[in-house]
Amino acid sequence: MTKRKKMQLGIGLAVILGAIAYVIFGGLQQAVVYFFTPQELRAKGEAIQGKPVRVGGVVEKGTLIREPQTLTVQFILSDGKESLKVRFQGIPPDLFGEERGAVVEGTLQPDGTFRASTIMAKHSEEYKPHKDGKTPDPKEMYKTLLTGDRQ
Amino acid sequence: MTAAVGEISAIAALLVAMAGAVASAVALRTRNEGLVSVSAGAAWILLGLVTVSALALTYGLVSNDFSIRYVAFNTTRGTPIYYKITGLWGALEGSILLWIWMLSLFTGLVSLIHRRTQREILPAVLSVLFVVSAFFLVVVAFVASPFQRLFPVPPDGRGLNPLLEDTNMLTHPPFLYAGFVGLTVPYAFAMAALITGRLDESWIRSTRRWTLMGWLFLSIGNLIGGWWSYHVLGWGGYWAWDPVENAAFLPWLPATAFLHSVMVQERRKMLKVWTLSLIILAFSLTIFGTFLTRSGILSSVHAFSDGPVGIYFLIFLGIILIASLGLLAWRGERLRGQPQLDSLISRESAFLLNNFVLVAATFTILLGTVYPLIAEIVRGVKVSVGAPYFTQVSAPIFIFLIFLMGIGPLIAWRKASLDNLRRNFLVPGSVALAVGVLLSMVSVRDFYPLLALTLCTFVAATIVFEFYRAIRARNRIAGEGVLRALSTLFQRNQRRYGGFIVHLGVVLIIMGIAVSMSYSREREATLKIGEGIQLGKYYVQFQGMGAGEWPTHFRVWGNYQVFNQGHPITVMSPAQRFYPTQQSPISRAVLRSTVKEDLYLVLGGFAQDGSNSTVKVLVRPMVSWIWIGGVILVLGTLLAVWPFGRQRLGDEED
Repeated sequence: MTKRKKMQLGIGLAVILGAIAYVIFGGLQQAVVYFFTPQELRAKGEAIQGKPVRVGGVVEKGTLIREPQTLTVQFILSDGKESLKVRFQGIPPDLFGEERGAVVEGTLQPDGTFRASTIMAKHSEEYKPHKDGKTPDPKEMYKTLLTGDRQ
Repeated sequence: MTAAVGEISAIAALLVAMAGAVASAVALRTRNEGLVSVSAGAAWILLGLVTVSALALTYGLVSNDFSIRYVAFNTTRGTPIYYKITGLWGALEGSILLWIWMLSLFTGLVSLIHRRTQREILPAVLSVLFVVSAFFLVVVAFVASPFQRLFPVPPDGRGLNPLLEDTNMLTHPPFLYAGFVGLTVPYAFAMAALITGRLDESWIRSTRRWTLMGWLFLSIGNLIGGWWSYHVLGWGGYWAWDPVENAAFLPWLPATAFLHSVMVQERRKMLKVWTLSLIILAFSLTIFGTFLTRSGILSSVHAFSDGPVGIYFLIFLGIILIASLGLLAWRGERLRGQPQLDSLISRESAFLLNNFVLVAATFTILLGTVYPLIAEIVRGVKVSVGAPYFTQVSAPIFIFLIFLMGIGPLIAWRKASLDNLRRNFLVPGSVALAVGVLLSMVSVRDFYPLLALTLCTFVAATIVFEFYRAIRARNRIAGEGVLRALSTLFQRNQRRYGGFIVHLGVVLIIMGIAVSMSYSREREATLKIGEGIQLGKYYVQFQGMGAGEWPTHFRVWGNYQVFNQGHPITVMSPAQRFYPTQQSPISRAVLRSTVKEDLYLVLGGFAQDGSNSTVKVLVRPMVSWIWIGGVILVLGTLLAVWPFGRQRLGDEED
């Protein structure tokens, strides 16, 4: 291969590489969603309002209200320290329920409530029943939900 | 007792694997023929011992031996027998046992098939395979043993996750593992070529079928995964870019690149380092994928149980990378001085570009998958990278790949003349352009789907055109009819024509993905009896609830009459299943599939008295094309590898 061809090839590959890098970083910047606990979200204050984020916690007992007619679901998501009132419209996933872990994606509203566009509940390979029907420790359940938790 | 048998044979297998690795390494140095036979024999003993271990666990599962922790956690007394058997790969520990069983089976087959043809490098190949086996056996015997006891012995087990109770789920993991293990064989041959310094094309020729089979299993595994997600998980999608899914898909990309680069190496003796790097990358990614999914380091909706195995896979990955890249550098001298690219407009360069793009896709998806990890380590923030990143970034990459898929197989080697280009691409190009214009006039207005469909048409047209010309040529030369000519073509050059069929399958899959991603619609509503909702031309009317007892669960379903433009076509009954061992019901979606579109119903909830129900209705166009394309892909690959009685296995010519 002549020098000229080598250069052509080099330039061609560089252009493709550049294009791909551009697409990747553009894509990453848009698609990265931050993950918070209710406490961390509160700490962010108003700055985080309106930005898409994920919040993980446990659905508090007795706070889940479903309105079938409007398909609205309301509940309080808690990490044991702070709690967050969440509104969602649609059908939540199968494994969603009170006293279970959930991750919601959406935006914090000016009135301090959270409007979720997606609810994620975690599938588990092994079912872990509560002992003697006791309420599970929210911290334990919360742990299984969080990213980067190495038990 | 059962557990003891399984445990002891696993440990014995580990010793055999280590002994085999040493014996074959010594055989390689001393050229001792006897030792070569010993290591080949060790492969069979290894297979025997691992089989005993796997059978022991299977027996434990079938005989309700709840003193074994794994059995107690993955079956109940009421579990049907087939789900008990498939419980073998229902969770981590058993999966790894299945993996090592397949690996030892393949090792045995390698020692059998290649005992004559590749006697020179066989010891090195076996040595690598024994080392990999030994790693998995360490995990089975000491780290994540499926034979851990449980005391006190519970009266009944907990049972498999009901989501896994599905026939597709029975086949999905074994196919994936077979794919991963299948890639281990060409990797072992590549390492053997580096170790022995025999860097000509013979290792590639010997592993051609292994590579294709590994690739086929990996493809099937991914397709079944998508099928299961679509049919069982009930969210209407087949791919979510979840870390676990990415982990299974990632090795497929460099494996595909490898399949193509070996053709260039065989034909032109080029790209040697590149080809070796690709198989190293593909194999490393199978290990890395297991690390990702099993370490619990990334959160995933699929959530496997986290175990202590993650760190072991990470260490093993490090060893593999250091050893492989070290060997590559050490042999760097001998890999130089290859023929150079003659022209940029040639098949070599089209294949090189294809490889380049596939590797770019690999790193793009890899980056998106591990980015949360990087962000946490570097910046201390928790982030997640959603599906939009992957779709945005991979759409242009894959669209470019479709284009190359049309060019690559037909453009001339070395240097394509203008005449060659005109002869091959004028007709398909015109057809594609015409179809593209037509589509844009009819309904497809969005850029990406339009571009993807036009390019898919281009590829399909090149394939049809190529078959047409080849059949016409046979007809002119030998006076053969269409079928006779086809059979001659496949016999003469089965890899080439099988490859075309595979490409056709890929084209259909991509068309299905492009259209179903861009043009799906959904609606959800709570309906009283007699009420309905309209979605497109469909009207779905709620008629009432039903309920009944099933062998493993209690089932509640809603009956919905479906009208197509006013005509009743069918009654669909999506259900919710209540398992005694599960806290919440599991939805069972139902769908009505046609070539044009799927109508998909999910029962979201219902009133206790059955007076109303919440239903989600989705219309997803052309999803069935993905599955049809998948079947064609499988047939094409089989056509390419099937030994049509002309040659012995492992004794391949060109």
